[in-house]
Amino acid sequence: MKDHPATSEAIEGTSLWRDAWRRLLKNRLAVFGMVIVIVIALASIVGPTLISKTAGYSYDSIPRDSNLIKSFAPFTGAGGKFSWAHPMGTDNAGRDILARVLSGGQISLIVALIATLVSLLIGVSYGAVAGYVGGKIDDLMMRIVDVLYSLPYVIIVIVLLALLPAKTPVGQLAELFFALGAVSWLTMARIVRGQIMSLKNQEFVLAARATGVSTPNIIFRHLVPNALGPVIVYATLTIPTVMLSEAFLSFLGLGVRPPRVSWGSLAAEGAQNLAVYPWQLIFPGLTMALMLFSLNFLGDGLRDALDPQMKKG
Amino acid sequence: MGLWNARYEQVTEPGRHLTNQPMARFIIRRVVVIIPMLFIVISLTWALVRLAPGNFYSGEKKLAVGVEANLREKYGLDKPWYVQYGKVLKNIARLDFGTSLKYEGQSVNQILWRALPVSAALGVSAYIIALIVGIVAGTFSALKPYSWIDYSSMTLAMLGISIPNFVLGPLLVLLFSLTLFWFPPALWDGFPSRSLVLPALTLAAIYIAYVARLTRSGMLEIMRSDYIRTARAKGLSEGQVVMRHAMRGGLLPVVSFSGPALAFLITGTVVVEKVFALPGLGNYFINACFNRDEPLIIGIVAFIAITVLVFNLLVDIAYGFIDPRIRYA
Repeated sequence: MKDHPATSEAIEGTSLWRDAWRRLLKNRLAVFGMVIVIVIALASIVGPTLISKTAGYSYDSIPRDSNLIKSFAPFTGAGGKFSWAHPMGTDNAGRDILARVLSGGQISLIVALIATLVSLLIGVSYGAVAGYVGGKIDDLMMRIVDVLYSLPYVIIVIVLLALLPAKTPVGQLAELFFALGAVSWLTMARIVRGQIMSLKNQEFVLAARATGVSTPNIIFRHLVPNALGPVIVYATLTIPTVMLSEAFLSFLGLGVRPPRVSWGSLAAEGAQNLAVYPWQLIFPGLTMALMLFSLNFLGDGLRDALDPQMKKG
Repeated sequence: MGLWNARYEQVTEPGRHLTNQPMARFIIRRVVVIIPMLFIVISLTWALVRLAPGNFYSGEKKLAVGVEANLREKYGLDKPWYVQYGKVLKNIARLDFGTSLKYEGQSVNQILWRALPVSAALGVSAYIIALIVGIVAGTFSALKPYSWIDYSSMTLAMLGISIPNFVLGPLLVLLFSLTLFWFPPALWDGFPSRSLVLPALTLAAIYIAYVARLTRSGMLEIMRSDYIRTARAKGLSEGQVVMRHAMRGGLLPVVSFSGPALAFLITGTVVVEKVFALPGLGNYFINACFNRDEPLIIGIVAFIAITVLVFNLLVDIAYGFIDPRIRYA
């Protein structure tokens, strides 16, 4: 960076984030969560390709040898002998559960990330507009949020997904992004509105207005970037929520449909064969629980690091 | 809010909408809001059911031309959409949801009254378990913050939030039904029975976690407040301070949670009833959606919406009685 009168300000700006980063690293549970999240995410991204390159099968390959089309326990091969081939065992069709868990992780992660992004876009715009415009419009917009809060959404989402199933796999995913994103923006809108209201009377907004910056530009280029801390914290906490919701819908057979898999649909399959082949449920279920657990700790850690005042427990 | 809203405690603004207004006016205003909301939910559901391609009769097997026409006439499906819509609204206003298409000869009301006790027993037992365990754990955590009790109960609470109930349920079955043979894996035999233990625990897990976290943060804040210092200065014992003074204020977040909790409990019962094959509302609802049993779908949605909205109103009223700072008049 060049020497520049604004440098001192720039350093101050980054040091806020660096401070938060340092606080985050001091929180052992949050660091543990972050490591686990990164490990599971990387394994899900790279794993399926790696397995198909080295072992030659993917999440939906059924073995050619008909003797292998049955559910093997973890680390067991043909004849009940020890084998490294399937560390998590296989499902009823002889498909490798490790490959299925990792592919399911890909879908679960993509759905969670994009649906969170959708909720972020709607929530931030809605909250920012309401907070900046204020007055009657703000009252009306927040009344709508209050009203939507007390509606039983899940029920409507279930009706939507059951009655209007998309035809293509991409369509199904898009439907999930939309359905999950559209119901999880309300809290984000409230948080952003509160932030904007406390910022909008500060001098830099007045300065921007005096120099003739348009209202949308003031909202999205001056106010929203300043409210980013709480937005990031809440977005991190939205990811596990959305992931859980996707799994819930897939468990009911409404989300990701075969042959594609997600953690929810794997758990549904596993639950059916629970009595005889418990590993079919245990591995996908525990992987998902571990991921959610870690994401929650990471989110709590981020909250404490970015906004010490919000710390409540 | 997500389907679950896993982090409820982030969003509570207890009493945000409760201002100083006379109680009667407050109730009337809320009731007036409930009716358009109900109208929106029902219209939305009805529109979804109508817009979806096909209908109950468009299955694998083709019906004879005359048969289908007769059935459509019998259920009024041959009329223009606004006549059908009007009829649906009129029937719901009279709390008569019509006849199920799938379960022939049974009215939706009959099915509702048969399924409701199952779901209610499940939900109420889960909520009571959650309140007792959660409040006890949360209070102990708040009284000794950053002790081993605090850390272990908060880690357990985080586990409760993170393990999905459709994973927890089968795991409990695996342990307690299929290995130890203590409880039946899937059976329904009435309200106080052993068959209810595992489903209620499965459903309660996440609410135990919420209630514990809400109690802890609420109590921590209250224990620092001035009136607790006054109570101590008066010479009250620590037990009296906690039970008589702190609890009342510290549990407010838990009270305001019970409104949303009902909506979440309904979501939870859908899964738990499926996992344990219980004949409750959630199970009927999912099956009705897959079978395209239109009257049953609309009936259950309307019933759930009414329950949730009325319950939220009751929670707001109860809130005013408990919180000394809120007065309606």
